Amino acid sequence: MPQTLTEKILSRAAGKDVSAGDVVEIKTDIVAFHDLTGYHVIEVMEKAGMEKVFDKNKIVIAFDHLAPPPDIRSAEIQGYIRKFVNKLNLPNFHDINFGILHEVLVEKYALPGQVIVAADSHTTTSGAVGAFAQGMGASDIAAAAITGKTWIVVPSSFKVELKGTPAKWITGKDVALKLLGDFKADYFNGMSIEVHVENPSAYPMDYRATTSNMGIEMNADALMFVPDSETKNYIKTMRGYEPQLVTPDQGAKYSDEYTIELNKLEPLVAAPYSVDNVKVVNEVEGTPVDQVYIGSCTNGRISDFEIAAKILKGKKVKARCIAIPASYEMFKKAMDLGYIETLVNAGCIVTYGTCGPCLGGHFGVAGPGETIVSTSSRNFRGRMGSNESKVYLSGPAVAAASALNGKITDPRGVEQ
Amino acid sequence: MIVEGPVMKFGDKIDTDIIIPARYLKYTDPQYLAQHAMEPLDPEFYKKASKGIVIVAGKVFGMGSSREQAAIALKAAGVKAVIAESFARIFYRNCINNGLPLITLPKAPEEINEGDTVKINVETGEIEVNGKKKLQGKGISGMALDILKAGGIMEYLNQIKS
Repeated sequence: MPQTLTEKILSRAAGKDVSAGDVVEIKTDIVAFHDLTGYHVIEVMEKAGMEKVFDKNKIVIAFDHLAPPPDIRSAEIQGYIRKFVNKLNLPNFHDINFGILHEVLVEKYALPGQVIVAADSHTTTSGAVGAFAQGMGASDIAAAAITGKTWIVVPSSFKVELKGTPAKWITGKDVALKLLGDFKADYFNGMSIEVHVENPSAYPMDYRATTSNMGIEMNADALMFVPDSETKNYIKTMRGYEPQLVTPDQGAKYSDEYTIELNKLEPLVAAPYSVDNVKVVNEVEGTPVDQVYIGSCTNGRISDFEIAAKILKGKKVKARCIAIPASYEMFKKAMDLGYIETLVNAGCIVTYGTCGPCLGGHFGVAGPGETIVSTSSRNFRGRMGSNESKVYLSGPAVAAASALNGKITDPRGVEQ
Repeated sequence: MIVEGPVMKFGDKIDTDIIIPARYLKYTDPQYLAQHAMEPLDPEFYKKASKGIVIVAGKVFGMGSSREQAAIALKAAGVKAVIAESFARIFYRNCINNGLPLITLPKAPEEINEGDTVKINVETGEIEVNGKKKLQGKGISGMALDILKAGGIMEYLNQIKS
């Protein structure tokens, strides 16, 4: 029977044909964790008396949530994990100078057709290259790291088609917010979303990573882009080799389908305190903004910095603006292309490789009564700091335009 | 497996940043986490839950992060079970792995009130409200039930080993 991408990947991983609703044991291709969840994963492994991994080469670790350490306990956590890495001699360890785990996975490791599990909800990001990627808790990841296996309930497959070319300033975030606004945060429970792009080059890998990243906000089991020429080009450019593409069969059956016309989208925001409280930006335009954050595993890629630099070139920001490329690679590219210089000259604080502000960790914690525009993934109450702060989620264009004016701004009205 | 207790009620979309804010994630000690459970909505939650309660809530309870501390904090605070219209996927697994039963029940917030006493059969999903009204939720079976009965994934693995 013709298989969806989800069925194809999970059938291979289970060693037998699977269909929606089956509870199956599957092999994992990559098991990953970061500093904040990693110490918990290792604690569970220690308690189970099994400090070993199924395959050294298939474990990926990156320090990002506590990078660089904001306090002594964070430094202690990182020290504990480094010791584990050294003891087991794990080759794919990335210390604080490398980048955010999900970006590192997309840049260096994830391949079409793989099963990837990691101790962080935004693991769905690796769906950008067509991997079935899920976040799990520390106990599940400890078990997967030891055995190379996990169990899942096979989700049903939902097809999304992206048609045409994005309108000006429209990027991956707007597509994620469109799905959240239309379907809400619970609809995709028990489903895997497979996105087919009509014109592959019109929806590049950066956008795909942003959209996949927010699959977890939709409560989807995975949000995967069907691998195409864009996937091939991206992996060849970043890693120097061409990947095998795993694609759904012709005639595969989906539980439902939905089409988004990219040229008809308007810049969207998610207003406090829910990711699915989605509005067109001009509905909230003029709201005063204290701080803007451009970065995170959601929107810390080169196209995000290109857009921010376009909007802020030769100008000064009115709101505090923190800009954090998601990895060393992204920072270096942004530096080579002059974006870092543009943002610094506009008055932004720029560093790289930390999740800091997204989870109210450090490097830009929201104070009581403050309003934040953030390109990150969540605007839950207290997410970026004080319970009395408010976070609006947006793509890079709305964020940069809002930083420029000190209030929420529709980028379509900003002169370049 | 029977669980019972008085009900504390919450709304839709109770997320993991509400259940346990990120600033407490540098520790895994259950007692420390319990003191901060549900803190953004109710700083007194820990005291109210300490005698043993059942949470009743709306849609997609536990949405958001993979932080296993969310399950640990609720259980350690005194939560015996959560009944909700739906649950977030990662949170659901974390609760089973930490021995906290979850029952899915359509229209849960309409059917059960704050202060009601509920008695839950975790296997069949049957819920008795105030010793009278009976509701049919979705029970837990198979390996997930075995893990719950053992008290969590660690206890389950230790049982298998011995």
